[in-house]
Amino acid sequence: MEKPLTRNIEAFQTPVSLKDYEKNGGYQAIKNMFQKDPKDIQKLVKDSNLKGRGGAGFSTGMKWSFVPMSDDFPHKYLICNADEMEPGTFKDRLLLEGDPHLLIEGMVLSAYAIQADKGYIFLRWAYKEAAEILTRAIQEAYDAGYLGKNLSGSRYTFDLALHTSVGRYMCGEETGLLNALEGKRAIPRAKPPYPQTSGLFGKPSIVNNVETLCCIPGIVNNGVEWFKSLSLTDEGGTKLYGVSGRVKKPGLWELPLGTTMREIIDDYAGGMLEGYKFKGALPGGASTDFLIEEHLDAKMDYSSLQQYGSRLGTGTIIILDDKTCPVGMVHNLEHFFAQESCGWCTPCREGLPWTEKILKAIDDGGGKMEDLDLLEMHSKRLGPGNTFCALAPGAVEPLQSALKYFRNDFEDHINKKTCPWR
Amino acid sequence: MLTEDEKKEISGHLKDYPTKRAACIEALKVVQRSKRWISDESLKDIAGYLDMTVDELDSVATFYNLVFREPVGRHVILICDSISCWILGYTKLYEHLSNTLGISFGQTTEDDRFTLLPIPCLGTCDHAPALMIDNDLHRDLSPGKLDEILKKYD
Repeated sequence: MEKPLTRNIEAFQTPVSLKDYEKNGGYQAIKNMFQKDPKDIQKLVKDSNLKGRGGAGFSTGMKWSFVPMSDDFPHKYLICNADEMEPGTFKDRLLLEGDPHLLIEGMVLSAYAIQADKGYIFLRWAYKEAAEILTRAIQEAYDAGYLGKNLSGSRYTFDLALHTSVGRYMCGEETGLLNALEGKRAIPRAKPPYPQTSGLFGKPSIVNNVETLCCIPGIVNNGVEWFKSLSLTDEGGTKLYGVSGRVKKPGLWELPLGTTMREIIDDYAGGMLEGYKFKGALPGGASTDFLIEEHLDAKMDYSSLQQYGSRLGTGTIIILDDKTCPVGMVHNLEHFFAQESCGWCTPCREGLPWTEKILKAIDDGGGKMEDLDLLEMHSKRLGPGNTFCALAPGAVEPLQSALKYFRNDFEDHINKKTCPWR
Repeated sequence: MLTEDEKKEISGHLKDYPTKRAACIEALKVVQRSKRWISDESLKDIAGYLDMTVDELDSVATFYNLVFREPVGRHVILICDSISCWILGYTKLYEHLSNTLGISFGQTTEDDRFTLLPIPCLGTCDHAPALMIDNDLHRDLSPGKLDEILKKYD
């Protein structure tokens, strides 16, 4: 099984040094890229069917294709979204701490493809070790001529800086991130204009996730067919899948895209801990819909999980076991979303704290049956189309699916006036 | 007043951004590192240095949870209260810390040693429950392990 994202991490001491990275074919793609037209690299990535690994799953090549390529735009930005803050998600940390040069090479190739002259890695505050490792790696890449003016002896210039944030989930939202980088509150922007035409400081900008950018060197080196062959479905590539919760071996594995949830949980995470049974799971972070036992054989890819009313999201599975209260779990999730709402638009600012309060009441044994109708109402009113960004629609995904799959448990709390798990 | 070192460090970040304002988050971090928190006076100094109004800068400073606009202790404990840590019992860590130190979330011990705060998911869910003290990540925790860890922080 080929592992283009983690092969260096497995082969060498981490963080992988520049020397080891080069030894394994690293930065070769940069040396070859000047023979290609930037648009050829865009086409390569589009044809590879790489879907953005940050959670939304939008085609990366398609995203890039909206960037204006005429000489009228001398300044453009490529930004790496390393603000990994989706609860239950710990995949980008591995790449950032393990193989920083893979990310830098991916960024240089992507920047060249859209002809960006400046890039930022937007890193979350909590990733202290990654900040040190990236600072060192960026300097090494500058010293080796892989970054900066006339990089690798060409006429192309790309500068890269690291920005470490000071918290807030909203920084991971594409336009919230752009505002944060401009020194403003991380609130979302109205679209259009889209960042591709008017993004950071009003210039054409692309924001891509860490794992997405780390896929690019492999695609450029080995081509479309190779990338597609890594996957078990028609969506290209491998995926970092993770499992947390009460399993024997929580962890993270690079596997073919489309590996089933059952295989990931049983074969890689070692199955449930003794004494615990699987009750459900969020397949890709806090803002994805619950799946239950009957979905265990679902392929963990973008289109398959949609068929079951959920999403691949970040691909890091959070397991709900039979000894954990599903109402308490949703309460914890909605507490997070209510707290992290930036307050910019009304449904999210008002609806999420309301949702949290209802869930707390039910969780504490003080709810009534009508509350379930209110929760249903919020699931719809906070859904897609009513807010500027995807925070609220994401927040109601675990709520609406919990109401569907664990309704008995909600009713039990209300009827017994207490949490049966306490 | 900003110290010369603070000014030097802030101006070092200006080259990374096309506007002065964009460096304000770096500037807040620089001052917080040296003074532990952002007082009204610091806010005014930084705003002046970056050609921002005090209110513009405060709108930023109050948005981000890791900019401290109130005094904090010598060490800040950030307990992850998100989903995987909740499933694996972060509340037991919180109760233990709260009892040992005699403080709740948002409070600082009388000897100024620790401030206790919740933090969203630290991105180390396969080693839950986890917390950070200052810049250090501690994971796979239990109340017992915490006592040993706390000793390292004076």
